Amino acid sequence: MSISATHGLGSPAAITRHAILLITGAVILVPFVWMISLSIKPPGEIFRASFSFWPEHFFGIENYTRALTEAPLPQYMLNGVIVCGLIVVAQVAVCAPAAYALAKLDFPGKNLMFALVLVALILPHEVLSLPLFILGYQIGILNTYAALIFPYVVSPFGIFLFRQFFKTIPDDVVHAARLDGLSELAIVWRIMVPMSLPAIIAFGIFSVVGHWNSLFWPLIAVRDQSLMPPPLGIMAFKNEEAGNDYGPLMAASTVVVAPLIIAFIAAQRWFVEGLTAGSTK
Amino acid sequence: MKSQIYQGSMTGSKSGIRFERIGKSFGATSVLRQVSLNIADGEFLTLLGPSGCGKSTLLRILAGLEVQTGGSVAIGDRLVDGVRPKKRDVAMVFQSYALYPHMTVQENMSVPLRMRRLSPWQRLPLLGRFLPGTKATAAEIELDVMRTAKALGIGHLLARKPGQLSGGQRQRVAVGRAMVRKPAVFLMDEPLSNLDAKLRVQMRAEIKELHQRLGVTFVYVTHDQSEAMTMSDRVAVMLDGELLQVAPPQEIYADPDDRRAAEFIGSPKINMLDGKLRDGALVDVAGTTFAVAADAAHGTGLTLGIRPEAFHLVDAGGLNVLTGAVRLVEHMGSDLFVHLNVPGMDQPVVARLLAERAPHIAPGQTLHLGVKPDRLLMFAADGRRLRGGDQSDAKVLRMKERVQ
Amino acid sequence: MTVASPTAPQEAGIRTDTAAARRALRNQRIAEVLSAWSLAGPALVLLVVLFFLPVLSVFAIALTDWQFGASTLSFVGLANFREVVADQGFRASLANTLLYVVIVVPGTIVLGLAIALLIESGKSCRAFYRAIHFLPFMATLTAMAIAWEALLHPTIGLVNQTLAGLGLPSANWLRDENTVLPILAMIGIWQNLGYAMVLFLAGLKAIPQDFYDAADIDGADLWFDRLRTVTLPMLGPVAMFVFIVVALKAFETFDTVQVLTQGGPGHASEMLLYTLYRESFEYLRTGYGASVAVVFLFIVVALTLVQARVMDKRVHYQ
Repeated sequence: MSISATHGLGSPAAITRHAILLITGAVILVPFVWMISLSIKPPGEIFRASFSFWPEHFFGIENYTRALTEAPLPQYMLNGVIVCGLIVVAQVAVCAPAAYALAKLDFPGKNLMFALVLVALILPHEVLSLPLFILGYQIGILNTYAALIFPYVVSPFGIFLFRQFFKTIPDDVVHAARLDGLSELAIVWRIMVPMSLPAIIAFGIFSVVGHWNSLFWPLIAVRDQSLMPPPLGIMAFKNEEAGNDYGPLMAASTVVVAPLIIAFIAAQRWFVEGLTAGSTK
Repeated sequence: MKSQIYQGSMTGSKSGIRFERIGKSFGATSVLRQVSLNIADGEFLTLLGPSGCGKSTLLRILAGLEVQTGGSVAIGDRLVDGVRPKKRDVAMVFQSYALYPHMTVQENMSVPLRMRRLSPWQRLPLLGRFLPGTKATAAEIELDVMRTAKALGIGHLLARKPGQLSGGQRQRVAVGRAMVRKPAVFLMDEPLSNLDAKLRVQMRAEIKELHQRLGVTFVYVTHDQSEAMTMSDRVAVMLDGELLQVAPPQEIYADPDDRRAAEFIGSPKINMLDGKLRDGALVDVAGTTFAVAADAAHGTGLTLGIRPEAFHLVDAGGLNVLTGAVRLVEHMGSDLFVHLNVPGMDQPVVARLLAERAPHIAPGQTLHLGVKPDRLLMFAADGRRLRGGDQSDAKVLRMKERVQ
Repeated sequence: MTVASPTAPQEAGIRTDTAAARRALRNQRIAEVLSAWSLAGPALVLLVVLFFLPVLSVFAIALTDWQFGASTLSFVGLANFREVVADQGFRASLANTLLYVVIVVPGTIVLGLAIALLIESGKSCRAFYRAIHFLPFMATLTAMAIAWEALLHPTIGLVNQTLAGLGLPSANWLRDENTVLPILAMIGIWQNLGYAMVLFLAGLKAIPQDFYDAADIDGADLWFDRLRTVTLPMLGPVAMFVFIVVALKAFETFDTVQVLTQGGPGHASEMLLYTLYRESFEYLRTGYGASVAVVFLFIVVALTLVQARVMDKRVHYQ
């Protein structure tokens, strides 16, 4: 290690490393670059049999305007924000107290409940979609925000992750809080959650990224354009209006992808942590 | 044939070590400053110091795991600067043992031999074993590993993985992996610090024995003074990237060159009393006068170091006698540690007395502790040891007369 | 240094065995249990309603001939499963999914590992390279699928333009039954390799420097010796883990199929989750869809149990 670490930037090994990584990185980025490139080109240039990243005639304004006005793209984004926000709030509200009970309290049925959490952790959500669809139909909430949210208000992974984290907090902290007169619920919100902020943030990112990008359940749960989250909306935009009108379609794609990418670049470490925390699933 | 190679390293001068003005810095922080040290062939030298003093860095530079910023290292007659660890003929035992967890003991111990005796082609997975010579060499390696394992009493563990071994067994395997290729120099980086106290004492003896049996150079790094004192031919005391003193253990203890070395070694810690020199031969400390022999000017501030066991009980105060009230008595079996509050001093003085000679000492009692003049160690304000010219009885007597 | 006498507590004046005291203790315990359940209860109820009742009803529905919206249903035993197994479309879907997984998993692991090793082999630009390679995993796949469609467009796509420019034959990638599945697999690798890379990077960071030092001293100082002696064996458990996680993700591929091919041409790119969706929610063959869901569930649970065993082993590894 130390031997290779002493190589400077100029050594052949270091140059090879940079060369390979720059090439693989460029290949990885091609779809992004292509997407952005098409989103600023007029139709004439898109269908020309030669390519350049930057258009001769900048058509970005037109494309992005059409993307934002012809499809209810702002509405899709807003739906995404509302749905992801409500899901993550509900998940933390439901999971943190349960995780606290599992981590720090002793009650009959505790082991059974934890076993149920572990089993639920294994179940792929798509398998549950049919009964959940029927359930949503029976209580009459299909095609509403509630339909998009209700299957996710409890997260087995959230309970599991929080429990693991809460367990690392010393019991003495809980004892001290009780002596100070805090109720159990107050201990959850005033002590455990603030002390577990890294885990909460990691879980929040995991949850938001997952639901922002998810297509399967929204496809089943809502039909109204005004309720569609971004992935479903952009699919509808492609199928119905844009067709082969690539400029506005790519502009819309760029707008949908951008928020998470920007957030990721701004807080890379948190995102990597949050999304790999999901790998314990 | 193996034993001949081995003989070579025992008798030749090839495993002496010479550090010359080694410097090492990480950015702006310098970890080693101009360290020069010679280690004789076959010597057991311990680098002793608190954590962060640079001792491990010095060892890693010797191993070739780290590159010094300045100075040079020679092993035997050969400068090894820039030489890869593999080519230095050194073996190392790590604090964490660094046994490969996925390999059995047998495989772990084979690694250094395989890497040296088999060519890269012969080491290829699957294919390698069909190349000419692989089989014969592999059998030889197995035999050598077996022999070393037996010598260390771990022959029955060869098929196990490190995860299935106890701490002591892992330690032996780590030593075995180092020993199996018969290196000219053995490096050990805190090899006992992961063991419990009892096992540590036992392994201490075993390593010492190993050194006597192999007769090659050992460089041993530790922060534990008892390891350093019990095992080494010489101890190098390090602090803040500098060598304070390099000497046999007894000499470091009884005749330290530096105040910090004196303070680092010995438990309970040496008592340090600040005083002023008077007439070139007397030091006044908090009301007590000590007769010393010092070549320093009148009025110089200096520090007297007195080892706890240098004190003995006397009946009354006087020259070289501290008087104070007992603050605390610790019974250690054969010894007593007596903490004495001496008026005018902020720190209690600690004395180590033989239990049988000091019965019925209780807190609050007034005690007189005398010190023989030859047990007084003097340090200048910068920490250097001050040695008096001649300290004959005649001179001391003369001083005594003057006082009375 | 006085030692408390062992009889001291009994001499204390409080008696703890009165009936009132016992009742108070019991009440306190009941209050504790109630408060614990009031915290855990909502989650438990929701778990049962949203996970366990649904999964049981999937099994139940799979045994009936129910069609969504129909007012009658009858028990048909395993008839749905027989139909599923005999169905050409489902067989194609299962075969496609397996082929897809067989391409995506090794591709993702090998590339992810290679890139992780390259990134970790130097000190400069680590975060930069990591971010670039991780981007596809973050990006909304539905949107990126549309970008891929444009890239793969038979006439104006960059891929065919490049191939034509190099004088190589081009293809209508997403409409040709020979290329459609490998292309989807390639997109799968593109999307997941950053994820594998990040897991491998974490695994590499967890290897103590001591092992590399020991390898140096032992003479294993050429890069492939280090790789074989230390890096790869120490990454073994991580690799096994990545294998399972990526396999699960590959089995659950849906978005690209839905957006790019709708399973076509013919059944050439149909995969399990898409079949599940189409049968259940487009054709409303509810019983049949439920049987597909059961098959899918068995595959995923089997993989997860393998993972659990592997993780168990990893714990015992050290």
